[in-house]
Amino acid sequence: MGKHHVSATVNGDPVEFLCETRQTLLDVLRDELNLTGSKEGCGSGDCGACSVMVDNRLVCACLVLGVEAEGRNIETIEGVAQGEKLHPLQKTFLEDAALQCGVCTPGVIVAAKALLERNPDPTETEARYWLAGNLCRCTGYDKIIKAVMNAAEEMRGA
Amino acid sequence: MTQIQFAAPGTVADAVKCLADANGGAKILAGGTDLLVQLRAGHLAADTIVDIKHIPEVRTITIEDGGFRVGAAVSGAELGEHPDVRRAWPGVVEALELIGSAQIQSRASLGGNLCNGSPAADSVPAMIAAATICTIAGPDGQREAPVEDIVTGPGQTSLAIDEFVVSFFLPPRPPHAGDAYLRFIPRTEMDIAVVGAGVSLTLDDEGVCTAARVSLGAVAPRLLLVEDAAAVIIGTRLDDTVLEKLGAAASAACDPIDDKRGTVAYRTKVAGVLTRRAAAIALERARAN
Amino acid sequence: MGKEEQQLKALDKGKYRYIGTRPVRPDGVDKVTGRANFGADLKLADMIHGSVVRSPHAHARIKSINVDKATALPGVKAVVTGADFPMLSPSDRIPGVAPLSFYDLSRNVIARDKVLYDGHAVAAVAATTVAIAAQAAELIEVDYELLPHVMKALDAMKPDAPLLHEDMFTAGVEPKPTTPSNVSKRVAFTLGDVDTGFAAADVVVEHEFNTETVHQGYIEPHACVATITEDGMASIWCSSQGQFMVRAYTARVCGMEVAKIKVVPSEIGGGFGGKTTIYLEPLAVELARRAGRPVKMVMTRDEVFRATGPTSGGHAHCKIGAKKDGTITAASLQLEYEAGAFDGSPVALGCMTGFAPYDLENVSIVGYDVVVNRPKSAAYRAPGAPVAAFAVESTLDVLARKLGMDPIALRENNAAKEGTQAAYGPKFKRIGFEETLTAAKNHPHWSAPLGPDQGRGIASGFWFNIGGNSSASVMINEDGTVIVATGNPDIGGSRASMALMAAEVLGVDIAKIKPQVADTESVPYSDLTGGSRVTFATGKAVIEAAQDAVRDMKERAAKIWEVDVDQVEWRDGKAVAIETDKHQPLSVADIAGMAGKTGGPISGKANINASGAGPGFGTHICDVEVDKETGRVTVIRYTAIQDVGTAIHPSYVEGQLQGGAVQGIGWAINEEYIYDADGRLENSGFLDYRVPVASDVPMIDTVLVEVPNPGHPYGVRGVGEVPIIPPLAAVANAIADATGLRMTDLPISPPRLLAAIDAAK
Repeated sequence: MGKHHVSATVNGDPVEFLCETRQTLLDVLRDELNLTGSKEGCGSGDCGACSVMVDNRLVCACLVLGVEAEGRNIETIEGVAQGEKLHPLQKTFLEDAALQCGVCTPGVIVAAKALLERNPDPTETEARYWLAGNLCRCTGYDKIIKAVMNAAEEMRGA
Repeated sequence: MTQIQFAAPGTVADAVKCLADANGGAKILAGGTDLLVQLRAGHLAADTIVDIKHIPEVRTITIEDGGFRVGAAVSGAELGEHPDVRRAWPGVVEALELIGSAQIQSRASLGGNLCNGSPAADSVPAMIAAATICTIAGPDGQREAPVEDIVTGPGQTSLAIDEFVVSFFLPPRPPHAGDAYLRFIPRTEMDIAVVGAGVSLTLDDEGVCTAARVSLGAVAPRLLLVEDAAAVIIGTRLDDTVLEKLGAAASAACDPIDDKRGTVAYRTKVAGVLTRRAAAIALERARAN
Repeated sequence: MGKEEQQLKALDKGKYRYIGTRPVRPDGVDKVTGRANFGADLKLADMIHGSVVRSPHAHARIKSINVDKATALPGVKAVVTGADFPMLSPSDRIPGVAPLSFYDLSRNVIARDKVLYDGHAVAAVAATTVAIAAQAAELIEVDYELLPHVMKALDAMKPDAPLLHEDMFTAGVEPKPTTPSNVSKRVAFTLGDVDTGFAAADVVVEHEFNTETVHQGYIEPHACVATITEDGMASIWCSSQGQFMVRAYTARVCGMEVAKIKVVPSEIGGGFGGKTTIYLEPLAVELARRAGRPVKMVMTRDEVFRATGPTSGGHAHCKIGAKKDGTITAASLQLEYEAGAFDGSPVALGCMTGFAPYDLENVSIVGYDVVVNRPKSAAYRAPGAPVAAFAVESTLDVLARKLGMDPIALRENNAAKEGTQAAYGPKFKRIGFEETLTAAKNHPHWSAPLGPDQGRGIASGFWFNIGGNSSASVMINEDGTVIVATGNPDIGGSRASMALMAAEVLGVDIAKIKPQVADTESVPYSDLTGGSRVTFATGKAVIEAAQDAVRDMKERAAKIWEVDVDQVEWRDGKAVAIETDKHQPLSVADIAGMAGKTGGPISGKANINASGAGPGFGTHICDVEVDKETGRVTVIRYTAIQDVGTAIHPSYVEGQLQGGAVQGIGWAINEEYIYDADGRLENSGFLDYRVPVASDVPMIDTVLVEVPNPGHPYGVRGVGEVPIIPPLAAVANAIADATGLRMTDLPISPPRLLAAIDAAK
């Protein structure tokens, strides 16, 4: 059996790719589609650096097979900003210094965006538990949580 | 490099055929949160991966005879969004929701959690306490089995190579019934249970417990249905003395190991603590229903 | 001292225009959009993929390696083993407090006759796909003769312990030993006479402590791409804490000249000291040489835990005596640190830091560096200091309780200050330790009420901070915008600090300044990013380079105006002619626009070996709640107070305090390497190596105490390392307050604490 031919939508654009069964969605995004914004920190769903949306559900791309993407709508960090316009979360992450090395940041922003789409007014505790699957070793989470809360407030006001 | 075949059957019958054709070399993909980790670690000997998520019965929640039929691959997020199941079986819903992160919740399922065969699976003690029945499909059609009969040892199930779990039946709830599941992990999230305890109980109009099931996880090679512990609370009002005895009975049922997640002494003691605490929550819920 | 420097020194903090502000970091947008390129993000044409064969054994002799099956696999392009690398001499080492042996480094990169830990690299293979490379790695047959292993320092020090290195003789003891040992060295620091001191004490307390190996836990695994031409010119793109370090080390291990290796730094996804050495780069270079194609190597998380530098666990014995009034009369500390498979634990640094916050007359400190069958330790944020401080600050807490004294008051009674003689050598210049204690005492956290099962702890910490070699170029573009290039990878926002300091000197808006981390062929040498040196030392280089550019621009203005250069002053980003209003002030853009007529392009440069690093002190307050039935410890409130000198970008300074505190909390409660009886690592993933998650911790309040460092034009002190030092004891002291139990072994995991609670009943 050769490779699977998969058609999907990524960040609003139709894409086609070939993949082997064992390739994960993360492998496909990074290696086949050159979307390297999603990072691999563990490959086992423990760090969240590869967080993406599949049909509006937040997942670790390392725990989804590429072939499962057939017909799915995938959103990655590369699709969060609209052209030149940063998402409110991207703005508050910059303003609130919510990143240090920045390698967890794409996954955190994708996950936080999913939170705010479901719960526009989360408590600090809700935000912390929602983001428990996104490890950050630099910030101690303080400024990340503040940036999420500030973005939530801004989005509610908008 | 050996290629792994991939199949995404759309019906139960096609899925059974895929399994039969693979002759034991197939692995079922539901949410993949365990399967892909094993694949990546090289611990998975599979010729074929069978994705069952395109089968409607596996993905839906329906009300049936006053209870609920939950597809084996319904995700934690989907189950949690179903208000009726949460009202009837909050312990089962919360147990599934405890697994992993928000990311994992989009994928992790009752069927996957059960068939992965881990003695530390979170949703399974809650399902055992709930007297959940599995519907299993095979070449001769479908059969039913209690959840506690599926896992026979770490990573081992009683399913034949051409069988898979299609759905779970959560029975209807009488008045004054409640369930709860608690687990202990070192962090607040993201860990595998060191101990898990599920309790389901029913009270009569006077508040006396008429039926109860207690199940423990991560304290033995298999998930335990602890009838001795249930017997302690049946016929009582679950006052503090009874809850202490319940805890002692739960601890007595443990046959744990020392490993990287906990010690024998720790698991044995905390199994009692969590069973007592879970029973108190189940009691409160039963009284409110 | 130049005029500009005098002006700068005369400025007090309130007058800074840019320093102390919080602009958006220059590299920020790329990092929130996913555009930033980290170590694993580069792809080159014709690139192939490398995989490493690692030892499954803790200690074994390599009898033979057969690569035939791997080489025969279609798609495999190259295989290397230890035999393909030059054998370095044991004398090939850089001595010092943190010695570096290239002999050991080379054997850590790839094993020669023996493997010394589970995960030790034995061979490497490159193939056309990642999957083929992994399959080929499994086909490499290594015949091992198993040897007995030893995992703990105290076991390894026993006379009958299995020996890791037959050629290791303990240094620092007289007479020189004649039998080999797992103890690579003994270090000692003495002040006064502890026997007299302890005899004079009213109260003496002593405790023993044990800690486990912990890992830096950066989220980005090690990764690199290497290519090499047929004439031997190599290029390496990689994530590291020092492109010049990678170049120097790779050159040594591969036996190449430095000029034949170009290292291009990628963004770095966390290091915390763990990326101050090399693992993959020489393998990638040699595979690329044999394959004739670029080779990419990316570690899995499993490899990161098994094979890259954790920091030492070990044993500590601390004894402190004091008068009833809280005056410490004597203090002793003995440390045994596990170096891992090769010598070089940070035990000396532990010895030097443990008592450094205190002004003590009689001190005795002894440290032992011990090799064991674990991965070679690497630096981890204030290497050596957290474990020493855990012992000292826990013992002080016991002492305070025994004396019936407030623990802050006890520390204030004995606090080091300007002029204090530290046991490790120097006399302190102006330091801010007392100020952190005062801030702690006055903080509302210290006096807030506690609930049932809750407790509060306090602990302090010291870190040297270092200077070292740094270079900087400040290039004035033709439109007046500015490039600031340095040779230090930006781990936590240092580009923002470089831009702020350049802006301050140039008087140019921060938005016009673009800081860059340059490759090894675009800026002169810099020491690596570590020791909390970058904002201090590289910052100093940036300041001097900017001053150099200002000098040049003043000369250009003088030329334009046809006046003497001493008639030109630099004010608010403009050249101004003094004592005349004949000439309109010239902006950077004006001068840059006329550069061609005044002598050509304009830039400033500075290459320095910075001295005058200012020591850093911190004091942390921690509240915990303990579930006495499960042993769970929840940190419910946390305040980190630190003398940061001058906060150049306060947000990123706060971030250092917060991140360090949470790493320390993880170390205290849950993080540890767990080995099985055969010496195999059982928790080589983020599932069971439990770093704190967002829901584990509260907000981390910070107090930035600013006692300017007299050794830096803007008063900068390093800030990155101090914050991981106090938390271990702060947490343990809080648990003692909540439970009455003194926990001396880390991590204070739920099973360990519950066992102690039950034993005390």
